[in-house]
Amino acid sequence: MTTLAYTLSDSRVMLRRNLKHQLRYPSMTVMLIGLPIVLLLLFVYVFGGQLGAGLGAHQGRGAYLDYVVPGLLLITAASVVQGTSIMVAMDMTGGIIDRFRTMAIARASVLTGHVLGSLIQTLAAVAILIGVAFGLGFHSSAAPLDWLAAIGILALFAFALIWLAVALGLAAKSVETASNTPMVLLLLLFLSSGFVATATMPTGLRQFAEYQPFTPVADTMRGLLSGAAIGGHAIAAIAWSIGIAAVSYLWAIRLYNRRRAAEPK
Amino acid sequence: MTSVSAATGIVAQDVCKSFGDHLVLDRVSLAVEEGTILALLGPNGVGKTTMVRVLSTLIPADSGAARIAGHDVVADPDGVRAVIGVTGQFSAVDNLLTGAENLQLMTDLRHLGRGVGRRRVAELLEQFDLTGAAHKLLSTYSGGMRRRLDLAMTLVGEPRVIFLDEPTTGLDPRSRHTMWQIIRQLAAAGVTILLTTQYLDEADQLADRIAVLDQGRVVAEGTPAELKSRIPGGHVQLHFADPDELHSAAELLPVAGRDQNQLVLQVPADGSVDSLRELLDELHRARIEVQRLSIHTPDLDDVFFAVTGSHVSTQPARDPAAQGAAKR
Repeated sequence: MTTLAYTLSDSRVMLRRNLKHQLRYPSMTVMLIGLPIVLLLLFVYVFGGQLGAGLGAHQGRGAYLDYVVPGLLLITAASVVQGTSIMVAMDMTGGIIDRFRTMAIARASVLTGHVLGSLIQTLAAVAILIGVAFGLGFHSSAAPLDWLAAIGILALFAFALIWLAVALGLAAKSVETASNTPMVLLLLLFLSSGFVATATMPTGLRQFAEYQPFTPVADTMRGLLSGAAIGGHAIAAIAWSIGIAAVSYLWAIRLYNRRRAAEPK
Repeated sequence: MTSVSAATGIVAQDVCKSFGDHLVLDRVSLAVEEGTILALLGPNGVGKTTMVRVLSTLIPADSGAARIAGHDVVADPDGVRAVIGVTGQFSAVDNLLTGAENLQLMTDLRHLGRGVGRRRVAELLEQFDLTGAAHKLLSTYSGGMRRRLDLAMTLVGEPRVIFLDEPTTGLDPRSRHTMWQIIRQLAAAGVTILLTTQYLDEADQLADRIAVLDQGRVVAEGTPAELKSRIPGGHVQLHFADPDELHSAAELLPVAGRDQNQLVLQVPADGSVDSLRELLDELHRARIEVQRLSIHTPDLDDVFFAVTGSHVSTQPARDPAAQGAAKR
């Protein structure tokens, strides 16, 4: 086999290991996928009536459901990467990583396995959430191609967040820290156009919300799913995704290679 | 010491490693002939684990060189990794998988192919007496089973050189003997083994040669017999009821150590029945009353006393991470 073939083979083995972990640790998997669904119900049935009224005349809960689904799809991505961070930190603080390091395997395959595993988990969680949204009466005028584009944008952004979570998991000294740091992503999401239009926010906050990564991604998906124009949002969303992915990837690889090199243990 | 052929075994030359300003390895040189066992003997915190980590490509040395089966650890780490197996101090197993899945993970990463891999997994489960627990999650495994699986995973790729970092620490006596048996079988099959231990009897039982490590330096090296010949042997501890008796006995007998507060006297003795009888007769003739006695066989502390002139330093705080890990 060639080096590339080995790399692919090792990554596939690590991916399989990662997917098995998700099944063997069901409490976490269910929690990560369940949280966005609970939030969806909360936003639509508790806040939805009032927030929907804010969308304009003759609008209501149903319109807010249509509005908020992209935000919750992003919550789904942000929720899954919390698990990524935890799993990576569990690997790094356990003994198994030293075993992998003393074997002649493609070095990055440990991380690749986590990234691909989390991406698959994200897509599964997204599919479940969309199913629930339709069950609640979500209405979309999007054509199949628009759906594909919306999922593509989301997957690309999730990919970036996953690499960020891998880096955070590597940087964390303990599993507990690793489970907390990705919470920042949830907070950022609330300060974006995910749940309310940025126009309703006070000036300073609005400016922040308009120039942070979650907003263009949410706007692009919302545009695609509602059949509205997406303007320059898509370009901003793609640029943010590639930028975050690239920086996080380099950071993660750096941490991974340096990891434990200086520890007496 | 450097007579080991370059193509086989383990050769380390003047390996140095510091963490911050703490010198952990101070020009350590080792040589392990192919198919033999070298025990790296020393208490916690003297650099045993660090040496294993350097030799197994986990961390780079600051200076010095090491070759494993002819591969340089710095220039050709993947060459080294292809021929070695490492079982660390704390279990390198995947807790969310079953025993069989753990082994299969290793066969997959060794690119053994499906058929060969499956046979190897079955073989190792059988060899390590884990067939019954093969499909149970690791959370149900006992400490001894985990350690056996750990070693089985190390052996998947049939490594020619194996590093065992304190392979029996924390095991019950029965598991310990099982582990010893496995290690002996491996050496008999031609595998080169470097193991670290803090037990003299373990080194004595298993090793062809022993290197004693103290504060990052090799302070003694030789066969177990050579090393033991340098140890004055065991001693007998005599416990007295009052200081006068202790005093009289101390004047009568050759004294190896004395504790005035505990009223204990240490007298050199090889532990044989004859020497004991002689000792007791002598005490009896002098009408010295001994409350009780205990026989002490040589241990790591005696080795250290013999080769360094000082006792094993009791600094468990030195390597807290290793200890925490060992307890897990």
